Amino acid sequence: MAPKLPPQQPLQTPAEQGNDGAATAGHVNEGYHHGPSGLMRWLLTTNHKEIGTLYLIFSLSMFFIGGIFALVVRAELFQPGLQLVQPEFFNQMTTMHGLIMVFGAVMPGFVGLANWMIPLQVGAPDMALPRLNNFSFWLLPVAFTLLLSTLLMPGGGPNFGWTFYAPLSTTYAPPSTTFFILSLHIAGISSILGAINIIATILNMRAPGMRMMDMPLFVWTWLITAFLLIAVMPVLAGVITMMLMDINFGTSFFNAAGGGDPVMFQHIFWFFGHPEVYIMILPAFGIVSAIIPTFARKRLFGYASMVYATSSIAILSFLVWAHHMFAVGLPLVAELFFMYTTMLIAVPTGVKVFNWIATLFQGSISFETPMLFALAFVVLFTIGGFSGLMLAIAPADFQYHDTYFVVAHFHYVLVPGAVFAIMAAVYYWLPKWTGHYPNERLGRWHFWTSVIGVNLTFFPMHFSGLAGMPRRIPDYALQFADFNMASSIGALLFGTSQLLFVLMIIKCVRGGEKAPAKAWEGAEDLEWTVPSPAPLHTFDTPPQFHHREG
Amino acid sequence: MRNLAGVVAAIGGSVWLTRSALADGWNMPLGVTDVSRDIHGLHMTIFWICVVIGIVVFGVMFYSLFRYRRSKGAKSAHFHENTTVEVVWTAIPLLILVGMALPATATLKEMYDAEDADLDVMVTGQQWRWHYEYLGEDVSFISNMSTPRDQIDGAAAKGENYLLEVDQPLVLPVDRKVRFLLTSDDVVHSWWVPDLAVKQDAIPGFVNENWVRIEEPGTYRGQCTELCGRNHGFMPVVVEAVPPEEFDTWLAERKQAAAREASGVDREWGMDELMTRGQKVYESVCASCHQVDGSGNPPVFPALANNPALMEERDRHIATVINGVSGAPMPAFSSTLSPVEIAAVVTYERNAWGNETGDIVQPSEIQSQLE
Repeated sequence: MAPKLPPQQPLQTPAEQGNDGAATAGHVNEGYHHGPSGLMRWLLTTNHKEIGTLYLIFSLSMFFIGGIFALVVRAELFQPGLQLVQPEFFNQMTTMHGLIMVFGAVMPGFVGLANWMIPLQVGAPDMALPRLNNFSFWLLPVAFTLLLSTLLMPGGGPNFGWTFYAPLSTTYAPPSTTFFILSLHIAGISSILGAINIIATILNMRAPGMRMMDMPLFVWTWLITAFLLIAVMPVLAGVITMMLMDINFGTSFFNAAGGGDPVMFQHIFWFFGHPEVYIMILPAFGIVSAIIPTFARKRLFGYASMVYATSSIAILSFLVWAHHMFAVGLPLVAELFFMYTTMLIAVPTGVKVFNWIATLFQGSISFETPMLFALAFVVLFTIGGFSGLMLAIAPADFQYHDTYFVVAHFHYVLVPGAVFAIMAAVYYWLPKWTGHYPNERLGRWHFWTSVIGVNLTFFPMHFSGLAGMPRRIPDYALQFADFNMASSIGALLFGTSQLLFVLMIIKCVRGGEKAPAKAWEGAEDLEWTVPSPAPLHTFDTPPQFHHREG
Repeated sequence: MRNLAGVVAAIGGSVWLTRSALADGWNMPLGVTDVSRDIHGLHMTIFWICVVIGIVVFGVMFYSLFRYRRSKGAKSAHFHENTTVEVVWTAIPLLILVGMALPATATLKEMYDAEDADLDVMVTGQQWRWHYEYLGEDVSFISNMSTPRDQIDGAAAKGENYLLEVDQPLVLPVDRKVRFLLTSDDVVHSWWVPDLAVKQDAIPGFVNENWVRIEEPGTYRGQCTELCGRNHGFMPVVVEAVPPEEFDTWLAERKQAAAREASGVDREWGMDELMTRGQKVYESVCASCHQVDGSGNPPVFPALANNPALMEERDRHIATVINGVSGAPMPAFSSTLSPVEIAAVVTYERNAWGNETGDIVQPSEIQSQLE
């Protein structure tokens, strides 16, 4: 058995917080919960668990809205020719799908998990700045209502791709673009505030005795992610403000006819955009690093190297942005620099994968649903990493760039990567949140349909891209027909199988096998020392943390 | 024994899958230039490196998952770090990457050497067509997609080169070094022909460079690869590579035709011939935004039919076509259309779809404005 936290003797969790599963979160704390009830309770809550739940529900809703947009795209691409939608609307669907999934589903999903789990994992009673926490969340529904409403405006919603390259997104954009800019500003403020809160919590509110190098990796990866967010969200804000000026105030930042520079747009965007990519994957690394040791019943291999690898990836993420721009006509020396730095990222990423596999080696492995998703993450994220390595080779990128090969690549790292990690986390921590185990049978069905669906959707895209199909086209030449039909069938399967996920969550909230405080046999971190479901207030008295020896 | 059979089956299966994936139409084309073959070589090298790493990594992973199942009574070990192993698996990938970076650097240098070209072609992207100009030869033309709307809408059977066919292909000589200079009149486009391994963004305000030396005559097809608006998917590139002598003959013919076109400026044109010519130009150049019936696509692309501002202000109409509209999608056509074509299309727009102003714009008038 791996060395442990001091788990057997109960930490100083107040005893009055109820027995395992005897009460639900709402009732347990009558003693000190005097807030309003009903809708106002959720609107005004400053509790990290309630805000975490709000974030997760919001993320799930956006996941479905963005998913429906993706299904519109896949339905149109089911066969050659224009059948269902016209190109104008098709472009709005691809754009909205990207924006909603990135800013509305994946990022808030991770923030929700951070809200719920970081205080529990560091032994803090709440986030450091609870009112700010409330504000960060409630900005999001405002931002996304605004963003979605652009679809109903004259000229339609954003139709220039989630990367919104100028001048297509400025001079040539629909009038609703100003609303798009405002909504992105609001979402950006939300992210920055959330990141400040997470950093403040992690640096100031750890349990006595918990050093930085004792923190669970989910906490570590989120700490690094939060710094990335603070560094790059202002860059995004800058670039969209320049767009706003170009559109409404007659400036020419990106208008060549006025002396502006369309390539500068891409540099600024990707200086934000590449760290953004890691913002969407680093917390996933943290989640997988929690789940694999739990179900392998063996301590994580190479904890320190995981921390260093994550930090290296974060630093490198600021030095690779122009690999998205190999075909814009960069000078040779810049192409070489960005090719080398991009290839270098494979090293720390490889270290992570090797560490996970070394953790499995000589473990005692069981395959509950969270483990299934985490293992699928390792395999499929690595496949996305391989295509990423191929894309790093600048000469070859001239052939890959802006084709479906790229679409395949980033969906492999984002769907069976980031999204599977979020799902793994949900299955893993649901017993802590609800006091019930998720239904294992339903979980397995959800897992296998998702895995098959995701691969059927995205694997053929490697081939259509290599064979020459550009991305973001509403219609395609006949030689791409079979690949696209397979992708569309896969997308329908993946999309509908997510209904099982919702069904599982609802069932788990309403009932199911009761979970003890330590819901998984091999689980180690502090969250497993508080009752399941976790009472509304935990760690009012900080637990004494004893770090692992050896 | 059963394990072994499973492993053999799995490897056999993946080899079969990989082989079929390398078949035609599933993989990057080998192409018809030195550079395209070099790139293909790099692509296959890095691909096989990934396959080998994948077999090793996933091999160990699935072995562990199988061998150390709790259900079979596996007990977990206690190790959780090993400096030697960690150094080794950091160093080996580094070495592989260095080995990969060397040939990639060499290829990239070759791709960037556009010196000493025999022929310069200016490629200009416009929503949603390509304009080609043979620099120094006074030959230029617009290349539009020629796939009929009926095929797209499913009213007619789709042809063999559906969406990948144009009215006028770019004709290039084989065995000569051709330099492309790429720019755009409106948004960012990207000019791509997979068989030539040339993909280069066409960006307003920039002139990018790329080059090709084609080795085999033939027709090579590609597409715009940078999202450029509504008809991004309908902006194909077709290159017709011909033997050098054939190219010289073709270029001479085009030069003569261009000279004839230029002489059209000196004479008076009648209403009918301007209207006929104007309609052709309009449908090839203007209709993609302003629609064949002049109804436009408001709010971004205004209607031209029954547009009072257009009908009342003849001079502004001409100036708009010549210079474009700053801060709006309308590009300047002074460099892509000849004086005859501008005169014809303005005349057409002022008299078609019930606009009936009766105005005639002569090519000579446009010529004097351009000067």
